[in-house]
Amino acid sequence: MNIIVVGLSHKTAPVEIREKVAFSPNQIEKPLRELVALDDIIEGVIVSTCNRVEIYATTRDIAGGIARIKRFMAEYHHIPFETLETHLYNYHSEAAIRHVFRVASSLDSMVVGEPQILGQIKTSYGYAAEYRSSGIILNRFLHKAFSVAKRVRTETRIASSAVSVAFAAVELAKKILGDLSDKTVMLIGAGEMCELAAKHFLNSGAKGVMVTNRTFERAERLAEDFGGEAIAFEEMFSHLHRADIVLSSTGAPHVIIGPKDVDEVIRRRRFKPMFFIDIAVPRDIDPKVDNLENAYLFTVDNLQETVQANLAQRNKEAEKAEEIINQEIGQFHKWLSSLEVTPTIVALRTHFDEIRRAELGRTAATWKELTPEDEKRLEALTSAIMNKLLHTPTLALKKAGQGGRVNLYVDALRQLFDLEAAPEEAEELELEE
Amino acid sequence: MSQNFFYVTIVLYSCATLAYLVYLVKTTPAVATWANRLVMTGFVAHFLSTIHRFNSAGHLPITNMHESLSFFSLAIVGAFILFERRYRVTILGSFILPVALLLIVASSAFSSAISGLNPALRSNWLWLHTIMAFISYAAFTIAFGAAVIYLIQQHFLKKKRLGALFQKLPSLETLDDINYRCLTIGFPLLTVAIISGAIWAEKAWGTYWSWDPKETWSLITWFIYAALLHGRMTTGWRGRRAALLSIAGFLIMLFTFVGVNLWMPGLHSYK
Repeated sequence: MNIIVVGLSHKTAPVEIREKVAFSPNQIEKPLRELVALDDIIEGVIVSTCNRVEIYATTRDIAGGIARIKRFMAEYHHIPFETLETHLYNYHSEAAIRHVFRVASSLDSMVVGEPQILGQIKTSYGYAAEYRSSGIILNRFLHKAFSVAKRVRTETRIASSAVSVAFAAVELAKKILGDLSDKTVMLIGAGEMCELAAKHFLNSGAKGVMVTNRTFERAERLAEDFGGEAIAFEEMFSHLHRADIVLSSTGAPHVIIGPKDVDEVIRRRRFKPMFFIDIAVPRDIDPKVDNLENAYLFTVDNLQETVQANLAQRNKEAEKAEEIINQEIGQFHKWLSSLEVTPTIVALRTHFDEIRRAELGRTAATWKELTPEDEKRLEALTSAIMNKLLHTPTLALKKAGQGGRVNLYVDALRQLFDLEAAPEEAEELELEE
Repeated sequence: MSQNFFYVTIVLYSCATLAYLVYLVKTTPAVATWANRLVMTGFVAHFLSTIHRFNSAGHLPITNMHESLSFFSLAIVGAFILFERRYRVTILGSFILPVALLLIVASSAFSSAISGLNPALRSNWLWLHTIMAFISYAAFTIAFGAAVIYLIQQHFLKKKRLGALFQKLPSLETLDDINYRCLTIGFPLLTVAIISGAIWAEKAWGTYWSWDPKETWSLITWFIYAALLHGRMTTGWRGRRAALLSIAGFLIMLFTFVGVNLWMPGLHSYK
């Protein structure tokens, strides 16, 4: 039995293609049923997020299975096969296991380490389990992927650093001001990044927001969005002392906050520190403000540097994560291989036994002087020969189950003796854990 | 027996110090766990060693240089353990443990012979005076550690060097908080130690205050911390200024404790 993966992601397909092949979660039952109805596809799971669409399946026929899934994706979404195929990747066996482990651990994400992907795969698997398109192998496989992802999350620091400017601003604020729950943010001017950062601060527990803008209506509107307080631009300085965090992004051609202003404000605050983020170009806040003891001024460039450093750190952590995944692949692969052994042995014995019985029956039918006792003896003799013959290959197969050559043996035996697959019987054979 | 515990303590503190220094550069959580375990075990051994010595001497073991340096170290490690629990600042150990280790190693350099206690000093005031003094010293040492980290952290922020060490050190707010907390514990206790010392001196030597070098320097220490506490409470001194004063206070306190004993003969000299 082999695991195969067919799909596309932000790395191989533009958003125009991705949105065309996305499977809506509301209508996931139909494609799941059609998927497992394909020839040679035994189990299937469909993962569909805005950055990737992937199908995980099990099959005996790797090349055929992959081709059929590719065609299925094109036909299901009414896209010309040739157009879609250039964006698709596919993996099988060990590479497929690695791929899914990496995706679940968020190593293949657009923002490495982002936590949503694991939840998305869990949901997708939930549908597959609900509509019974996944079976013992994919069940086991995805649960393994979840535990690998958890290991990666706890044993590496892959998800612990800020990789967006807004998030970096929040982290930095915590390093200066400590707990944010009694801290107030002041927003000067408007702008996407400023508002995003303000949102992040509120999500991280900041107490409140003051908004000021040259156009008061705009300030009011924004304040309403944030559940904050609008302040007339002219009165900014009489409220500045209440702010612990100041985000500034006005279109002013010159600085609007100088060191003298801040010095006064900080005295008024009894030297409680202030954190300024200047997002405007040209700058709103005089760089000299940073020379004041309890004022900490950062520009977007400063924050960007932190983000870059965190990304570098994250890449280092990703290496550790790959190492964890390597270990886990080995384990899972072993289990998957061992899954084949018992049914193959059973099938092989049944096959031999059928031949033996058939030949014995034919002989007995033409042998007139055969007494029941002789018949018993013949039965014992043929059984003994069969058992002797099968002893060595059975042993070799069982041993291979603990090694790596098992697929080779199983495939050879199945082809040489034309054995049927019987995967259901394998259910009890869970060697690992 | 007490010597055995003493040497075990030195070994454990050395290992703990090493672990805390490794923790400065390594992020593995296991390092922090082990450092904390080592320091706990070290503290228990140190405590047992002190108890044992107390039993064999028959009085609080702080009557010579060997004993009091060791006692100081014990108080610092105890205070560190409490603050580490309360504020989750393992990294403080990287700055405090070296101090504790240095003190106990210095202690081992002095004769460990048990010295008899001057009959004039046999009094319950010994307990109050010295234990208060040592706890306040320990609190000021923690404040010193937090102050040093504060300055480092502020340096990183001003230079915009937000590297791995910056990420690991606590926030300015937490450090300032620890500093303030230590001050509010250390200062009243130092006050109690000085007052009880004066009363005791009157009973033992017949005078409240004799401008003995130790007394003078203790008073200077007291004034520095008094100024800091005052500044904090009235004008909102904090951050860098508080950190610098804490460091100055600590250095003078250290001089009061070690320097005066060794180089300035007086009533408090014990060797």
